[in-house]
Amino acid sequence: MPDDQMLNSEPLLEVNGVTVEYNMQGARFDAISDINLSIEKGETLGLVGESGCGKSTMGRAIIQLPSPTFGSVKFLGKEITGLSHNEMRPIRKSMQIIFQDPISSLNPRRRVRNIVAEPLVISGIKKKDEIDHKVREALNAVGMDPDIAMDRRPHEFSGGQCQRICIARALILEPDLVICDEPVSALDVSVQAQILNLLEDMKERYGLTLLFISHDLAVVKNVSDRVAVMYLGKVCELAQSEQLYKAPAHPYTAGLIATIPEVGDKGATKSLALKGEIPSPLNPPSGCRFRNRCPIAQDKCTTDEPILNEIVSGHQVACHFPLIEQ
Amino acid sequence: MAPSIVTGPLLQVKDLYTQFDTPKGIARAVDGVSFSLERGKTLGIVGESGSGKSVLSRTIIDILAKDGSVLYDGEIIFEGRDLRALNEREMREIRGREIAMVFQDPMSSLNPVKKIGKQITEVLTKRMGMSSHLAKVRAAELINSVGIPDAEQQLGRYPMHLSGGMRQRIAIAIAIACEPKLLIADEPTTALDVTIQAQILDLLKELQNKHDMSVMLITHNLGIVSGYTDDVAVMYAGKIVEKCSTDELISNPIMPYTEALMNSAPSLADAPHTRLQAIPGLPPNLLNLPEGCSFQSRCNYKEEKCSSYAPDLTTIKNPDHKFACWYPLNFSGTREPLNNA
Repeated sequence: MPDDQMLNSEPLLEVNGVTVEYNMQGARFDAISDINLSIEKGETLGLVGESGCGKSTMGRAIIQLPSPTFGSVKFLGKEITGLSHNEMRPIRKSMQIIFQDPISSLNPRRRVRNIVAEPLVISGIKKKDEIDHKVREALNAVGMDPDIAMDRRPHEFSGGQCQRICIARALILEPDLVICDEPVSALDVSVQAQILNLLEDMKERYGLTLLFISHDLAVVKNVSDRVAVMYLGKVCELAQSEQLYKAPAHPYTAGLIATIPEVGDKGATKSLALKGEIPSPLNPPSGCRFRNRCPIAQDKCTTDEPILNEIVSGHQVACHFPLIEQ
Repeated sequence: MAPSIVTGPLLQVKDLYTQFDTPKGIARAVDGVSFSLERGKTLGIVGESGSGKSVLSRTIIDILAKDGSVLYDGEIIFEGRDLRALNEREMREIRGREIAMVFQDPMSSLNPVKKIGKQITEVLTKRMGMSSHLAKVRAAELINSVGIPDAEQQLGRYPMHLSGGMRQRIAIAIAIACEPKLLIADEPTTALDVTIQAQILDLLKELQNKHDMSVMLITHNLGIVSGYTDDVAVMYAGKIVEKCSTDELISNPIMPYTEALMNSAPSLADAPHTRLQAIPGLPPNLLNLPEGCSFQSRCNYKEEKCSSYAPDLTTIKNPDHKFACWYPLNFSGTREPLNNA
């Protein structure tokens, strides 16, 4: 973490009470509800949870695609919810997003040179030389040879190489914040390691701040300074990554960690393994949203919803019966 | 129907080749693979995309294109019979009934416009000759046995009403409906959440023990292999490059590729921001395999010999631990050149 920035206490991104409501078959429900997060400059915040927990919605709410229904998103100290499309445009330059499927997020009919240059063109840069120079620089940075890559189209590249092109496109405007939404989930493990290393290098080189969204806890641990665990639209635990994995306080986090198959594991269910599936957000359980899958749920969990509470310095958990001593 | 007195392994694959005749040339997807699978055991097949693991499984149950563009060689001995020598009608008797398969994506392997009940009873009436009434009862039992509550109600629902994990349970129920002797599970949990993944793998294990099935578990995840298989074969560019018991592979990998695969995955034991040992480059193009070892361009231990001679599957101290490398990682972790050229 950059220490010169630490004195300046303003976080790069501040999310307060953000709720995103969706309409499904006439029923309104909260995809995410009342989320509070902040990300310091130069930090990587990991966001984990099962599919349907709202982690991608969170990432999109930050870049205002769509804007949250309630709550505030402050970027570089400036409130960005409620900005018009035109007012938002210059801010988008400093926030970029990388998606899960690198092949479908690249236009198959365009050449790599145009794909990577597009953000520059949109931001109004017209000089051909300048664009060419910047595209070359970005491709070089992500480990691709511009002379070979620039005039090809996406189908001529593997998934890992396409993800490098996506990263080059995201970085060409030198953004402050990059939202990575499952950037390595579609890749083979050997290529996944290349892309994770590349993201770390890019973070250093461009001084990036990352929001890293993934369902893979081992991947998240590898890249994150802090990790937020989401369950059914809410953050249920937030801590420094080392602390979170060493001493998870929420039974859900503990269950997630226990279910990861690791090399050297010997088979079947461990006591903390999670049963059942994530409930529908249309009809979340009363009280604690996790209670019907929780191995230690008690009566109180049915009636009172636990709120996110700091139990140890920097370690927040939303549970009536956290697994670590307070 | 094959008599059950046949002894020896349930499945023996001998020197199997599957090649695709494409406009750009011959793609060698399965390139001389041999292995055997004992009754009641689980064999893991590990490899990256394009290593040939899925083509291998599709060759075994013979569901690749039948337009002449796929070329085969070798034998697949299942209960004493060579599946490659059977005609389509005989093969249909085996497929689904004796050997069943579960695919990666449960949404695309189920029929979206057919009720779940129908999809299961269809198998039972057509393949097992059950009456439709009996089939319904049995279908509910099957749904129950894969851990889905309210079985009777589920019969009337469509796949879209179910979550991914539930759909995969249905796909498994259909696969085990005929009580197959061999179940091929091709990345059965890759599309699922990690919590659901554990549930599905535990379910497969439970059903395997109950029905004394053999399972071929195809995955790219060494963690899954470690927890759920007895033996394992590592595939690279269409070949098996290492094969032994799972315990042996985890504690004592001999192939540089296996080692690289293990090291490249982030581990929960490592501190945040630990640099991953990525495998450089990409797997080779199957249309144009390099001379010599196909892993050479990505290998940390490459020597001159590797680019001119392809290593065969061989053994050193342990006769059950096969590997295909000129310079294997030996037991103390350093390399010893072998003179078996």
